[in-house]
Amino acid sequence: MRGIMRLRPNTTLVVGGILTAILIATALLSLVWTPELPTRVRVAMRLKAPLENGFLGTDHFGRDVTSLLMAGAWNSLAIAWPAVLLGAAIGTAIGCAAAAWKGIADEIAMRASDVVFAFPAVLSAIMIGALVGSGPLAAVLAIAVFNVPVFARVTRGVALQIWTLDYISAARALGKHPIKITLQDVLPNIAGALIVQVTIQLALAILTEAGLSYLGLGVRPPNPSWGRMLSDSQTYLSQAPWLAIAPGVAIALSVLGLNLLGDGLRDALDPTLRGRGVPA
Amino acid sequence: MLRLIATRLLSLAITLMAVSLAIFLILEVLPGDPAAIMLGTAAREDTLAALRLEMGLDRPALVRYLEWVGGILHGDLGTSFTYKLPVSTLVAERLAITVPLSLLAILISTALALPLGVAAAAKRDGPVDKAVLVFSQLGVAVPNFWIGLLFILFFSTYLGWFPAGGFPGWAGGIVPAFKALLLPAVALALPQAAVLTRVTRSATLEVIGADFVRTARAKGVDRSATLRRHVVPNALIPVTTILGLQLSFFFGGAILVENVFNLPGLGRLAYQALAQRDLIVIKDIVLIFAGIVIVVNFLVDIGYALLDPRLRSRS
Repeated sequence: MRGIMRLRPNTTLVVGGILTAILIATALLSLVWTPELPTRVRVAMRLKAPLENGFLGTDHFGRDVTSLLMAGAWNSLAIAWPAVLLGAAIGTAIGCAAAAWKGIADEIAMRASDVVFAFPAVLSAIMIGALVGSGPLAAVLAIAVFNVPVFARVTRGVALQIWTLDYISAARALGKHPIKITLQDVLPNIAGALIVQVTIQLALAILTEAGLSYLGLGVRPPNPSWGRMLSDSQTYLSQAPWLAIAPGVAIALSVLGLNLLGDGLRDALDPTLRGRGVPA
Repeated sequence: MLRLIATRLLSLAITLMAVSLAIFLILEVLPGDPAAIMLGTAAREDTLAALRLEMGLDRPALVRYLEWVGGILHGDLGTSFTYKLPVSTLVAERLAITVPLSLLAILISTALALPLGVAAAAKRDGPVDKAVLVFSQLGVAVPNFWIGLLFILFFSTYLGWFPAGGFPGWAGGIVPAFKALLLPAVALALPQAAVLTRVTRSATLEVIGADFVRTARAKGVDRSATLRRHVVPNALIPVTTILGLQLSFFFGGAILVENVFNLPGLGRLAYQALAQRDLIVIKDIVLIFAGIVIVVNFLVDIGYALLDPRLRSRS
């Protein structure tokens, strides 16, 4: 029975993979081609309904919504990717160190991550925005800061398990340096868990970036972003309600895709997660 | 038990100190000259000097930090640079919106998530479970501020049932105030409810697999009584932990949702303070948000040590 279960194609992984591939492909395509120039203002064409002008209509500047959405995909990833990678790099280093040296180092690392956890990403963005000026840099830093404790904890958790294994004890007995053990033995074994976490955090980062750009704390105009498209749409809600739909759907599908991809990867990497039902 | 509370209290104090120090460093020490940030590049030198004096920037950072923290302990949060009002007054007005909004959202989120999560786990892979999984995947993916926008579009613009935004104040009666908070609270609650549903489902599944559940069933306790008396109370422990951790998402979300619905809450104040570069207000609000998150998580920690004898240290 279990064997058959395992052979069942992991639909979560496939659906998530397809949605994510569409997101990345759209973002890349927007660099070389969009139906219209996303920044092109056409006053005569303002607030046209979908299909009346362009596939998804036009906004209050007469810009083509489809083109704005495509360029927004790139801008969303351009904030989310570096932010998560930066947070993951720092967090993983902290988590590895905490697992390797334990004791005081571990205690300090975990308490520090408690402190960082207390700051919602939007609040960090406001604080960092006050320091460096609000804009893409503040958005990347705020999302990265939020990711550091997440990766520190995940890494520490899985790395601690690896450190209890016999071959690590053997390596230590042979006098191998903890840094070398971490790089050669621990990291390759926790890579799967980290990739899953990166995928899920990317979803959260896209969501956060959308929120920040909704508040005007992300990519600067006239650079299009999904969050600002939504905040612009609010002014024309009764005249042009369609403007409030497409960017939200784009955000939701991107986040859904990455989350499904993460879940699917986790299931594929760890088939032991399946539990039981209530005994009948 | 007392020793547990004492150690937790000590760690709470240290954490709060570290947080306040971090905020102070970022907003008052790292910028070099906070007065220049607040006034912008076009400021005249004498205006700058006056503000520096007003903020006490001529004194050492450590002294200023201690004064700030000391003032907070006495309920004195300083004076807002843009509003020329005590920050404590500004914050108190705003908390009367943000706190009820967050509490209402937490209530809605829990009221949705607990029954859904338990129902999904009770019949694993059944139709309810599948529907709940779809709800939780979609709920996590949809931004709360977009839900807010759609609510305004549907319930306010189209149906006209609710105000499109703004807050009438508590003085005008509970009903209009509640009406103004309901849509924002639901928008804030839905994504978090999705997360909490997943946690409840997996926590319940874990308990269902435990030996004592099988024993209860073998003893002849029926399914629903087993769920009610043995499974759910045990599953609530991880659920409470996550609820505590979610608080910071509720606050972060409140900043967004308050802006969507034009509610003059603490989140909106923080956002406006950034636009006006009012570092004094930003510093206090960040500390208040972070402080509440830390204190609530401390209470959650203590709370389940009280509920679960296994978590109490033996003394």
